[in-house]
Amino acid sequence: MKIARVAGTVVSTIQHPAFDGRKLLLCDLLDPAGRPSGGYLIAVDTVGAGVGETVLLLDEGNSARQVLGDGRAPVRTVVAGVIDSVDL
Amino acid sequence: MILGRVVGTLVAAQVYRGLEGVRLLIVQPLDKQQRPQGKPVVAADAVETAGRGDVVYFVAAREAALALRETFVPVDHAIVGIADQVALEDER
Repeated sequence: MKIARVAGTVVSTIQHPAFDGRKLLLCDLLDPAGRPSGGYLIAVDTVGAGVGETVLLLDEGNSARQVLGDGRAPVRTVVAGVIDSVDL
Repeated sequence: MILGRVVGTLVAAQVYRGLEGVRLLIVQPLDKQQRPQGKPVVAADAVETAGRGDVVYFVAAREAALALRETFVPVDHAIVGIADQVALEDER
């Protein structure tokens, strides 16, 4: 899993049916210390995360489909949690 | 998934079974500010309406094939949505 920060949202009307009613979050990837490590991913929200929050990203298709409860969803990345703190 | 811009189309008459009729587009990956980043890829168009100039989001790897009608096909990038708006925190 990856640590990321929600930087924004992606709004879409024409999309694969697996995304209907789902929220898409654009997430900046972070290093463990919380600094942007470059790069971003668009993830399907499953926990009600919002912009500015630090989140836990799951970037693996089989697990993502399991979380969404749709074995045929073309999704690899989901927001699987909101991170309260990281202790190094 | 990441953002991309459709920059071209591709026609392949002879394809592996299951890929017949699948639209193939050339997609330039974008950073979150929608600037080109990295090299263009060929992606299957799972929404079947994406066109040149559209900002889309696409999925890479095995999951790409799941976006198509026939899901056991040799496809590694698929457009799964057209982005109407990308709202970034910095711009608010």
